[in-house]
Amino acid sequence: MGSITLKQVTKAFGPKEVIPPLDLDIHDGEFVVFVGPSGCGKSTLLRLIAGLEDVTSGSIVIDGKEATDAAPAKRGLAMVFQSYALYPHMSVRKNIAFPLKMAKLSQAEIDAKVENAARILNLADYIDRRPGQLSGGQRQRVAIGRAIVREPAAFLFDEPLSNLDAALRVTMRQEISELHQSLATTMIYVTHDQVEAMTMADKIVVLHDGYIEQVGAPLELYERPRNMFVAGFIGSPKMNFVEGPEAAKHDAHTIGIRPEHLTISTESGSWEGKVGLAEHLGSDTFLKVDCGPLGEMTVRVVGELGVKAGQTVWLTPDPSKLHRFDGKGLSIF
Amino acid sequence: MATTHSRSAARLMISPAVLLLLAWMIIPLAMTLYFSTLRYNLLMPGMEEFIGFDNYRYFLTDPAFYAAFQNTLLLVVGVLLITVIGGVLLALLLDQEFWGQGIVRILAIAPFFVMPTVSALVWKNMFMNPVNGLFAHIAKGLGLQPYDFLAHAPLFSIVLMVSWTWLPFATLILLTALQSLDREQIEAAEMDGAGAFSRFFYIVVPHLSRAATVVVLIETIFLLSVFAEILVTTNGGPGYASTNITYLVYAQSLLQFDVGGGAAGGIVAVVLANIVAIFLMRMIGKNLDA
Repeated sequence: MGSITLKQVTKAFGPKEVIPPLDLDIHDGEFVVFVGPSGCGKSTLLRLIAGLEDVTSGSIVIDGKEATDAAPAKRGLAMVFQSYALYPHMSVRKNIAFPLKMAKLSQAEIDAKVENAARILNLADYIDRRPGQLSGGQRQRVAIGRAIVREPAAFLFDEPLSNLDAALRVTMRQEISELHQSLATTMIYVTHDQVEAMTMADKIVVLHDGYIEQVGAPLELYERPRNMFVAGFIGSPKMNFVEGPEAAKHDAHTIGIRPEHLTISTESGSWEGKVGLAEHLGSDTFLKVDCGPLGEMTVRVVGELGVKAGQTVWLTPDPSKLHRFDGKGLSIF
Repeated sequence: MATTHSRSAARLMISPAVLLLLAWMIIPLAMTLYFSTLRYNLLMPGMEEFIGFDNYRYFLTDPAFYAAFQNTLLLVVGVLLITVIGGVLLALLLDQEFWGQGIVRILAIAPFFVMPTVSALVWKNMFMNPVNGLFAHIAKGLGLQPYDFLAHAPLFSIVLMVSWTWLPFATLILLTALQSLDREQIEAAEMDGAGAFSRFFYIVVPHLSRAATVVVLIETIFLLSVFAEILVTTNGGPGYASTNITYLVYAQSLLQFDVGGGAAGGIVAVVLANIVAIFLMRMIGKNLDA
């Protein structure tokens, strides 16, 4: 139903190539997250799939049909924009009904579908208000409502949660995941937030400068990153990288160890360092430890640890969780 | 910030300006009201006497008043229709990307800087003149009889001239409104399956309604007092065919030397303009509420 295939797709704005030739397969019903730092081309890629930008070369196949030159409306996709792009002069009901009205459905059908969408998303209480009178989370729901009434082959989300506060973001994240489970429709979700990517995705596509760095399930990316970029991007706080003789001991140009795979001790260990800044989250503490020639390391400690800034501590990496990279930054497995 | 002290200081400092403005408005208005109750004819100096509301009675029962009233309405509505609809279309054109955009935008605003007497004379002598005008040449080139615009369609000709002056104003305001339209809304409508016409009528037109309201309000104020174009082209004629209320007041006071009657006409015009303003505010002023 909602499979999408990109074959050798490229996009250039004038002489500047933002997407070099790129291949990607998205299977029906998958929740795919495009993640990467800002300017990596993830939004452009989404807009290419939506048809809001023309591809420079290559082809896009949606649902088994060639869609490279099809108009956005003909692709059977629905999009939720970062700014929600609600129509400010229409009520919530009219906003949701708009795509159905454009599809020339009968009024009875439109009413039934709008009611249904309003019920799924709990919009009934403010269905006759205008977008200007709604909070950010409510607007977000309306935008999703406008997308689901069309029963599209796939949903496209362009950083939909970036305008919400932290608590609401967590709630909406769950709601979108639940929506995916109940609708079982393909969803493509663009974000720069790797937490959103890790928690929601079936499959993550990590993009960097228009290139796909790695495609895989969230835990696969976490456990077996293909290169140093993915290793550093996935996981929070960032992975620690060590070069030089310490890495050479493990036959690698660089070694990486995640903050949660370091154990800290005030008595002994492999690497000696001085405690710098500490971030106390209650459940966890992130310590920055200055390890001299090895550079600064971040360590995650569960709960609280009674160490002060400037105190000497020892860090020990878990050898089974050590990542090794060659001179080009690629992983050695 | 807004303490009692600072507020009274603000009132004190603003008062000279307010008083000056008040005097500026109240004194002429009071004098007009006073003159409108006098038999005041420049041909009979020194014989002014109080005659109550007679001037108003004469002015309002004059058949010329109804003709002028109708012409004023036709002129205002005609120019508003042409400038708002034409302004939207021109704004859509100017919003496209094309080579020389900056120069074209400056050229498009140029007619607004041409003073009304000049533009009216240019229209009268260079375009609409039945012997030497451009339109006459075109008609002759096509083998048609040249049309004497100012003699046969005087009000329509004046509507054209005034529209030419005000079209750039409407275009400019609507163009800026158009540029403030969120691109994502258009893209969302595109994804929702709206074609170019649906996008225009469902998204662009509602977005422009507030700017159009501003255009209508401002233009109405100025269009009620169109005078120069009429004076230099038709002199209100033939007959009363292109006389509006402003021109009628002028004719009453300075062509018939009846200052009293002219003053009464002026007061009637003020009352009518206020009625129009109240209706306008009622009808479309709510568009301005955020």
